[in-house]
Amino acid sequence: MGGSLVGDVFNMNSHSSPALRQAFFLRRKRINRVALTLSLIAMLFGVFWLAWILWETVRLGLGGASLALFALDTPPPNAEGGLRNAMLGSFLMVALATCVGTPIGILSGIYLAEYQERSRLAGCVRFINDLLLSAPSIIIGLFIYATVVVYSRQFSGWAGVAALALIVIPIVVRTTENMLALVPASLREAAYALGAPKWKVISAVTLKAARAGVLTGILLAVARISGETAPLLFTALNNQFWKVGLDGPVANLPVTILQFAMSPYENWQQLAWCGVFLLTLAVLGLNILARFLSRHK
Amino acid sequence: MMQNTVPIANPLSGAFSGTGARAVPVSFPGPLPGVPPASVSEPLINPATTGKDAPAKIAVQNLNFYYGRTQALKEISLEIPAYRVTAFIGPSGCGKSTLLRTFNRMFELYPDQRAEGSILLDGENLLTSKRDVALIRARVGMVFQKPTPFPMSIFDNIAFGARLFEPLSLIDMEERVEWALRKAALWEEVKDKLSSSGMSLSGGQQQRLCIARAIAVKPELLLLDEPCSALDPISTARIEELIAELKNDYTVIIVTHNMQQAARVSDYTAYMYLGSLVEFGETEQIFFKPRRQETEDYITGRFG
Repeated sequence: MGGSLVGDVFNMNSHSSPALRQAFFLRRKRINRVALTLSLIAMLFGVFWLAWILWETVRLGLGGASLALFALDTPPPNAEGGLRNAMLGSFLMVALATCVGTPIGILSGIYLAEYQERSRLAGCVRFINDLLLSAPSIIIGLFIYATVVVYSRQFSGWAGVAALALIVIPIVVRTTENMLALVPASLREAAYALGAPKWKVISAVTLKAARAGVLTGILLAVARISGETAPLLFTALNNQFWKVGLDGPVANLPVTILQFAMSPYENWQQLAWCGVFLLTLAVLGLNILARFLSRHK
Repeated sequence: MMQNTVPIANPLSGAFSGTGARAVPVSFPGPLPGVPPASVSEPLINPATTGKDAPAKIAVQNLNFYYGRTQALKEISLEIPAYRVTAFIGPSGCGKSTLLRTFNRMFELYPDQRAEGSILLDGENLLTSKRDVALIRARVGMVFQKPTPFPMSIFDNIAFGARLFEPLSLIDMEERVEWALRKAALWEEVKDKLSSSGMSLSGGQQQRLCIARAIAVKPELLLLDEPCSALDPISTARIEELIAELKNDYTVIIVTHNMQQAARVSDYTAYMYLGSLVEFGETEQIFFKPRRQETEDYITGRFG
């Protein structure tokens, strides 16, 4: 019976004429070519704008770049200056926000993925986290303004850190949970089968297996907050002067770029482009690092 | 050379022609003349009457198991003899892996799974034991279908379990790791790269790493859940050799889809179908004089 079935299939194939098959094949080939061309055009369209943005950034940013950028602070109109204070402020706030947001994010991600996978509470937390993840950052800035800045009666770098940390947390929660969920159940079971307690299984096996992914998530969060302007407008504000510390208004790159780019002064506009160039470079570097990390397991 | 290390029951070794026994698919003889096939209505063979040559390591009594509302095991009773290899065979979904996973309470990781009845390990009921489940798992090692090396060095993979229960000094730990790797017949291949990742090994090596890791905790019972199904024939042969040696020190239970493998490595075989234990007895008897018609149908390939 099995043999005759195979025979039938064979016969069916030999029935269609070679010419018909050829026509059919050519038609499919044409459709394939059209689809390929369309997707190629779409791709080129996207890349074109990206390349243009990068080109303008490099052209205008690099044009005015000098060592003074790193040596001098933001100048008054029509005077020589750099971005030293803004860079330091941005660095301090981004670093601190990452330090605050990352552990909270990772621990929450572990809780969601390993402890409460299917509970109602986890469902709620996941939903709220997704809301927070997609919330416009200006809302977060306004929230910190209302809760921190208004009460302390002062713009401050600390408020900026709080706003940025609030942006970091949902990103890290999401990536950590996703990466832990990707760890095969068999690996967990193997660790439990040896008699390992839960915390040991998570810390020594699961988290380690998901390490590259979790790190990538953190880096992407850093890349995201290093360019955020809206949450800093209401919180850290800006500062003309050199200051090490986060009390009171703190200079930072995004707000400086905004202020300088909108100004009528040529030297400020030039510095704004330099700031954009530096930010782009930093984000590019972080993305490359993230790719590198996720490739090397 | 493989033949020497694998003490399969004698009448069986005749059925596997010569040294190529592992590679050649074996066709089992049909119903033997003179042995009337057991009638379907015959009550379940009482394991206690199957005549064991070794005391029971695990005694399962009236075990029922549920995935949510679905019953996966029905009134299972059997006794696993100590220092022997017992194979669980049966079609997919018959419950053999489920049964295996009750012996180290692995099912407890999943809240909708539960077991009723009793599983006596040396007389102590595992299901109601007040003892921490980790201590039970230290006595009952398990190796899974797919190799599961941890994302750490070969050394740390082996030491992982041992560290959980014994505060060994570095020297003692090195000794333990070497011992376990030698037992698992992996030492010669990895002794110069103990610090490289366990993931860098080949599939067969990874599976032996997992066996070594389980042994390093010094369990009494070793559960093997289709340990060779992801491996090539050569790696499979090595693992089977290993199983034959392991039974000198451990009670081994192996779940397998491969009936030839069950025949080659086991002393006792349990045939399961649809969550019930159909027949349990000496491997030789199960394969050549099955008492139940269903067993015979499955073994001779006339199943379904």
